[in-house]
Parts: sequence; structure tokens; C-alpha cells
Amino acid sequence: MSDIRASSAALMRSGRTAKGPRDPWSVLRWTLLALGAIAMVMPIVYMLSASIKYPFEMYDLNIIPKEPTFENYTYVLSDGRFLRWFGNSLLIATLTTVSAVFFDALVGYALCKFRFRGRTVVFVAILSTLMIPTEMLVIPWYLMSKSFGWLDSYWGIMFPGMMTAFGTFLMKQFFETVPDDFLEAARIDGLNEFQIWWSVALPLVAPALSALAIFVFLGNWTAFLWPLIVTSSSELYTLPVGLTTFSVEQAVEWELIMTGAALATIPTLVVFLVFQRFIIRGVAMAGLKG
Amino acid sequence: MGGAVVPPRRAADRGSECGPDELGQWMRIYRNLSIRQKQVVWAWGFLAVPILFYGVIRFYPTLNAIVLSFQSWNLLGPREWVGLANFEKLWADPVFWKVFRNTFMYLILGTPISLILSFLIAYQLEKVRFLHNTLRAFYFLPFLTSTVAMAWVWRWFYQPVPIGLFNNALASFGFSQISFLNSTTNALPAILLPAIWAGLGFQIIIFMAGLRAIPQSYYEAAKIDGVSNWTTLSEITLPLLKPTIVFLVVFSSIGFLRIFDQVFNMTTNNPGGPLDSTKPLVLMIYQTAFSSFDMGYAAAQTVVLFSILLVVSLGQLYILREKP
Repeated sequence: MSDIRASSAALMRSGRTAKGPRDPWSVLRWTLLALGAIAMVMPIVYMLSASIKYPFEMYDLNIIPKEPTFENYTYVLSDGRFLRWFGNSLLIATLTTVSAVFFDALVGYALCKFRFRGRTVVFVAILSTLMIPTEMLVIPWYLMSKSFGWLDSYWGIMFPGMMTAFGTFLMKQFFETVPDDFLEAARIDGLNEFQIWWSVALPLVAPALSALAIFVFLGNWTAFLWPLIVTSSSELYTLPVGLTTFSVEQAVEWELIMTGAALATIPTLVVFLVFQRFIIRGVAMAGLKG
Repeated sequence: MGGAVVPPRRAADRGSECGPDELGQWMRIYRNLSIRQKQVVWAWGFLAVPILFYGVIRFYPTLNAIVLSFQSWNLLGPREWVGLANFEKLWADPVFWKVFRNTFMYLILGTPISLILSFLIAYQLEKVRFLHNTLRAFYFLPFLTSTVAMAWVWRWFYQPVPIGLFNNALASFGFSQISFLNSTTNALPAILLPAIWAGLGFQIIIFMAGLRAIPQSYYEAAKIDGVSNWTTLSEITLPLLKPTIVFLVVFSSIGFLRIFDQVFNMTTNNPGGPLDSTKPLVLMIYQTAFSSFDMGYAAAQTVVLFSILLVVSLGQLYILREKP
């Protein structure tokens, strides 16, 4: 079996290198793909371009402004609201990610590596929550937050995302690849089960942990519906909710709206450009296993 | 009884302040357990907080939503049982049927278009080596953008002539104007486009990973047998890609059925408009619950959404199961 794998991998490599140049369609294919790729980033490019334009050339089709300006940015950032929303989103997304990765890995490990009565029931119960859409829960969450006084608070925004069923499932899948012998060896060395999980099992699934972290962070960074419902004061808005309010206020001053949109987008773009390969691999991994 | 047996000195050594006797007793019981029994204790220890979380934050609210769907409540007065009245009202509500139709329009346009596009791009991109990573990054980039931010960017593009980019481009080439967001027929596709655009990168990455998982020896064998490219695609690639396709169909279907952020942000002056022609189910739920405060009616709508999503998810399980 492994022989077949190895030889197919070798074939794949030789196939790749032999194919390319002889393919008569390769130039056409590449050109079309490149045009498509440019079209894909155009909305982002125009957003960035508009954010450094003066109103007089805002609606021209040129991408590079004749007179670039950062006045839009200084104006949008001047009242401090954007920085506040940015900070809120960063704080909420970070805390939620830490919590979700911690607990999902903990539960995934417990369901994967411990044998105990009720294991299947717990696993199926957690997995079944994947079928429940957030939209069905927002009304009860709202009522709950109202009676516990969680409305318009950080905790109120965060509590629904502290653990995720998707992450639990993902981590359980990845812990299957950790050999029980490793854990047994650590047990003989006198580590307790929490230490085994923390210092033996977790480092072995580090790539999966970071893939999950990317997904959870991105999900919380762009989350809109629940933060919109649970927050009511501007100081607690997350970036998407703040951006909506800000854009509605600006109404026709599109260069300011584009600046706000750019401020919400640039951080993720920068992070992506730095960790590009890593993020794409993580997304593919999480998507395929999940 | 056990507490008395533990020498007090040892309990004090352990430095426990809260009830040394009791703690010592538990420690002793724990130590006498077999390895397997100890693991059971640890397992429930690991799961205690999560079980509480899933119970309180997932299962209880689900039941609450279902119960609420049989009640009438405006948040201030008492909750009253009304039986199936909310569902009957929904059945008779012309807005609901329009919303239902819109929601499925997002689904039946969005899912096939995005899947076919992403498959074509992934299939071709796999064969390209020159600037491969750069092209892939370009296609993937929109997936990382904030939906709300991009909704406003596209909204700007769609504006009429002195402002909107698309109409300005049309005007400069001498074409007539297109009314995008103000038209009852064009608005829904116009809102759908950014949703497809933003999700495409993810689907391309997943397709490419799926394509790479197909053993290359199959293709070599097909080549030796002189099988045409088209047959290779339909007889080898697509069948072997089935799990990936099923996953993406379900994933993107659920996404389109739950569309909200784009619609809300692109139609803020009249959410779901013009004339409810773009309103999806989630927006109707939001308005019923948080603008009209008709909690029971909104809960009934969420139960309908839940049922639709359940049918889609169970459909996935069915398709996956018939394989062996």
C-alpha cells in the first residue's frame, strides 16, 4: 500500500514537470486565470484607492489618484471611535479564540483518548449542535442576556462563541493521529492527565490548533448579527457594527465610507500577506477534515 | 471515617486550606482507583465545564426557541400559549412567501454558480505553475475581507451614474445605465454577487486540496489508455471528488440560506428592499424580533429556518451514506 503511495507521488511529480510547457492551452489558461485573479482583487483595490482620494476625483475610474491624500484617514480616525471599535473587535476575537481553541482541544481530546461510559452520547450531543443555526439561538440568547444583565457588555458579545462544535470535531479528528503509546509513556513518567494533554498531546497537533485559531478568529472578527443585536452603545460596538453605523451616518460621502471599510480590511490583509502559505494550508486542512 | 485515617501531618504538607480532612479523603479514594477508573474521573473533569456550556448556551436556547414559537410575547406583557397561531400566521403572510422565495433564489443561484466557478478555477489553477501562489492568493483574498466592509464597497459600485463605478464605466463606453439596487429584479442578483465573490476563494482552496488528494497514478493510467481529457474529468476526477463536492454543496447552501450581512448593509435605508425583493429569512427574523418585538412570531420563523437547514444537512448524510 505504501509502495503504491510512494510511486504515485513520484509519478505526480514527474507528471507535473513534464506536462506544463507542452500544453498548447497553457498560455491562454494562464491569461484567463490571471484576468480572473485581477478581477477578484479589484473591489479591494478600488476601496483602497478611494480611501486616499479627494472627493473631486472620487468617482473617476483611475486607480492611482492624481493627488493622493491621507485626509480621509485622519478625519475618520480623529474622533477615536474607529480605534475603539478596532480595539473591541481585537479583544473580543482574541479572547474568544483562546477560549474556543482551549476548550475544543480539551473536549476533542477527552472524547478521543478516554474510554468511559457516555462518551458517544456526549460526542453526538455536541455534534448535533452543528445543525442548530445561530439565527435560531439569537432570540433566546437575547432574552438570556437581558435577564442576566449581559446586554451591551463584552461578555454578552463573547459568550455564545466560547466553544465551538466544529472545533471539537476537528480536534477529535486530529487527536486520532496521536499514538496512544506517547500518552502511555507520559503516564508512566508520572504526569497527570491534564499535563499529558497540555505538554504531550497538544504540541503534536499544533498545526490543527493554529488552523482552528484562524477560523475562529476570522469568524469573530467579521461576526455581525449577534454583536448588532446585543450591543446598543457605541463604545461597545465591534468593528463591523461600528462600520455599519458610521456608513449610515456618512450617507453620501463615499470616500469616508471607503476609508472606514479599508480600516476594517487592512489588518486581515496584512496578516494574510505575512502568513499566506500557512493560512491557506490551515484553511484547506480544516475544511477537508471538517 | 476515611478522614480520620489520614495522618494530619500529611494533609498539612499538601498545603490545602479548605477542609484538609475532606480533601484527603477524596485524594485517598482517587488513589485507590484503577488506571481506567482514574481516566473516567479525568474525562468528566475535562468535560464538566463544556457540558454546562453546551447545555446552557446551545440546548436550552434551542428548546426555548421552539417553546417560544408556540407562544405570543412582545417582551413586556406575559408569554401566552397560542398553539400553532404563529405558524398559521406565517403561512398566510404574503411577505413570508416572498421572503421564502428570495431565500431559495439566493440558494439556487448562489450554490451552483459559485461551485462551478470555483471548480473551473481550481481545476485550471492546479495545472499552472507560473506565479501559482500569487494567483491563488489573489483568488483567496476576498475570503478574508470583512463582509460588512465589502457590502459597502459593492454598494458604492452599484450606485447610479455620477457616483457608482459600474454605471460610470458603462457611461464612459456609451452604454445605457443599469439600475442595480433600486430595481426589484436586479437587486437580488446584485447582492448575491459579492456573496459569491467573497466565498469563492475558500471553495477554490478546498477544491484544490481535494484534487491533490486524487492519486496521480489514475491519471497516468488514463493517459496510457488514451482516454480523452473530458472522459478523464467525468470518469475519474469528478467521482473521486464527490466527498469534497458534497461538503462544499452543503457548506455553501447553508451559507446562502443564512445570508444576512450583505443584504442588511446594502439596503440599510429600506432593509430587504426595494419592496422586500431582496429580503432573506434571517432579515425577516431580525426585523420581527428586534424591530417589531414579536418574539413568538420570530421564533416560529427561526423554527422554519432550522427545519430547512436540517433537511439540507440530512440530505448530505444520506448522499454520503449511500456510497458503500
